[in-house]
Amino acid sequence: MDGSQLLSTQIMNLVTVGYFISMVSFIVYLAVRSKKVALVANATAWLGFAAHTFALGYRWYESYQMPGGVGHAPLSNLYESVVFFAWTIILIYILLDIKYKQDAIGAFVIPFAFFGMIGAQLLLNSGISPLVPALQSNWLTYHVITCFLGYAAFAVACGVSIMYLIQAGIEGKKGGDSAGGILPSAKVLDDINYKAIMIGFPLLTLGIVTGAAWANYAWGTYWSWDPKETWSLIVWFIYAAFLHARFTRGWAGKRAAILSIVGFFATIFCYLGVNLVLSGLHSYGS
Amino acid sequence: MEKQTKRFEDRIWDFFVSLKLGIATLILLSITSIVGTVLKQGQSKGEYVQENFARMFPDGFPPKMTQLDYDKLREGFESTYRFFDSMYFFDMYHSWWFLGLLGLFAMNLICCSINRLPRVLKIVREPELKPAEKFYKTLANRDELLVSGTMAEVEAKVGGFVTSEFTKPSRTEEGEKVHLFAQKAPYARFGVYVTHLSILVILLGAMLGIKFGYKGFVWITEGGSINQVTSREGQGVIPLGFTVQCDQFELEYYEASSMPKEYRSDLVVFENGQEILKKRIVVNDPLTYNGITFYQSSYRPVGGGVYRLSVTPRGGSSFEVEAKEGAHIDLPNGGSFAVSAYEDNLRNFGPGLTMHVNSPDGKHGNPFPIYQYHPGADAQIRKGEFSFDLIGADLAYATGLQVAKDPGVEVVWVGCTLMIFGTMIAFFLSHRRIWVTLVPEGRKVKVLYGGNAHRNQPGFALYFDNFKSKFKKIVS
Repeated sequence: MDGSQLLSTQIMNLVTVGYFISMVSFIVYLAVRSKKVALVANATAWLGFAAHTFALGYRWYESYQMPGGVGHAPLSNLYESVVFFAWTIILIYILLDIKYKQDAIGAFVIPFAFFGMIGAQLLLNSGISPLVPALQSNWLTYHVITCFLGYAAFAVACGVSIMYLIQAGIEGKKGGDSAGGILPSAKVLDDINYKAIMIGFPLLTLGIVTGAAWANYAWGTYWSWDPKETWSLIVWFIYAAFLHARFTRGWAGKRAAILSIVGFFATIFCYLGVNLVLSGLHSYGS
Repeated sequence: MEKQTKRFEDRIWDFFVSLKLGIATLILLSITSIVGTVLKQGQSKGEYVQENFARMFPDGFPPKMTQLDYDKLREGFESTYRFFDSMYFFDMYHSWWFLGLLGLFAMNLICCSINRLPRVLKIVREPELKPAEKFYKTLANRDELLVSGTMAEVEAKVGGFVTSEFTKPSRTEEGEKVHLFAQKAPYARFGVYVTHLSILVILLGAMLGIKFGYKGFVWITEGGSINQVTSREGQGVIPLGFTVQCDQFELEYYEASSMPKEYRSDLVVFENGQEILKKRIVVNDPLTYNGITFYQSSYRPVGGGVYRLSVTPRGGSSFEVEAKEGAHIDLPNGGSFAVSAYEDNLRNFGPGLTMHVNSPDGKHGNPFPIYQYHPGADAQIRKGEFSFDLIGADLAYATGLQVAKDPGVEVVWVGCTLMIFGTMIAFFLSHRRIWVTLVPEGRKVKVLYGGNAHRNQPGFALYFDNFKSKFKKIVS
């Protein structure tokens, strides 16, 4: 079943273009530091997000318009999850933008959303297919939403950590604080990295707990060391280590940034690697 | 001699209490957990060898390969398997070393909490109510004012301001000095301990489940019943103490498709001959009785189904016939037909069955398929004297149920709830305190004030700057 005729899919294509313009504008902004360019970058991100939100809701509605009782929240297969993931990344970016107003961050966070969207639109099937019995549960919605909000926060933390490593390198050479440079100061970046993980960690915890509750209702066991479950725990351990590392001498700053980046790689492996490379209950593939 | 022993005990305690141990254990648990996701758990030696051959030669063995080559490779794989197996890599989550690592993690949590909790309790229960002047010097956020007015007047202004701007302070007199102390969310300091406790509660729940619970599986044929289950963990057959009967199993598909929409079983529980409860279960909605839960997991046809067919003689009008699987049904021309081998997804055309027609002189015809969601296909393809359509199928099934008893699961949920509250409190709340000391100085009053927060100090610093400017206006 092909989804290219769906209105929601066509809007998603426009959203992808919007995020592309935003991403390029942010990168240009890094070079020229023009307020106008930043305005274009932010405006396209916000508009894209609005259209993206509408398209998600509309796709939900479209599924109920199809015959045969196949209506469901748009969170049930790889295409829908990647598109939702991109949405959550922009959401977390917008929240951080409202709080910190650091336009340079856009250049390092919007790309995650853009590449997710373009990958989904070009490589995945956007058709709406009915849910198999195992996926017919409200737990699906709670579990997917909390997990992806957590993943999105980790994506933002990863982008900010990359900025931190670049900036720390610059500050190391120049010596001392470097406000007014291309990137925000290392101190601010370190703080945002921490704040993003502080948002992501409780969300991931909720995601794991709702997943366990769902597994218990569906299969009678809340934990079976399935590769997906185990990898989500690995991600949880890594970020727990990060949160404690901040209190340990010698682990703040550069090492914390690296741990944040490693954590995100583990997150992506948990999300996609497990399904595509390993096997198990969660390997529903595409 | 005594001094040395004490130092050794202290060193053991320091080890278990250290944060570095916690971080190291978390990282070790991560890395070792990866092994169990890459090496398929519960694999036998044969399976491991097969999988490795399949990965090495995805297109089959090369023709030039000799028996000797094969044997060498097999021995290599087998010795790798034995090596991994000796370290319990194929059942690693139940291995002594992994459980030991979890145990070390738990010990670290317990010791850290024992070590730090008394101090935190003290801060919360016995706050500094008579701060000396040098105390104020230790605060990152502080200020000092000299204002005119009597002690009572100034105290009223200050007390009123702190109450409206922050929260109602407590009042302590110390000679001629008056101290005010206000705090918000002191319990925020316990968030971390609740989180750590929750991990221990979850581990406890898991242990209770493993020790006192079991996981099993059972097949129940429609109309039949069972009173014992087969353990999935090699514990043999476990009696239930009651009987579970399956009245009916139904399989529903999405309209005109081979995708399953719902599996449901109508179950009845009997104990001592009495009917106790009835429930229709589906995937994600199980039946629980006496602490044992039955989950809709799978099904299989057991033969003996009854099918409804529409038979159309060439050029005539169709009539409906009910046919039992395997039975010969007479046709008006003296021949007969028989149906067999119903499948949910026959050759990817959806539900259908295979049947054959016998000619009036008794010759068996060739078997052919008919599909439930492709009516008229047989008439077009076979063009026989009679054409057949499958209208309905009333199949006999056995329903497959996962069975689980887990006395620890409620404990695990309590742990999970504690963890969610604990992390929310630890991350999003902060224990904030403000102290004010009024000292009479001649006809004026010296006002010392300051505050701190246990989390998000930069945020509190901004808040305090705002507090300071308002305070100055009100009090002066």
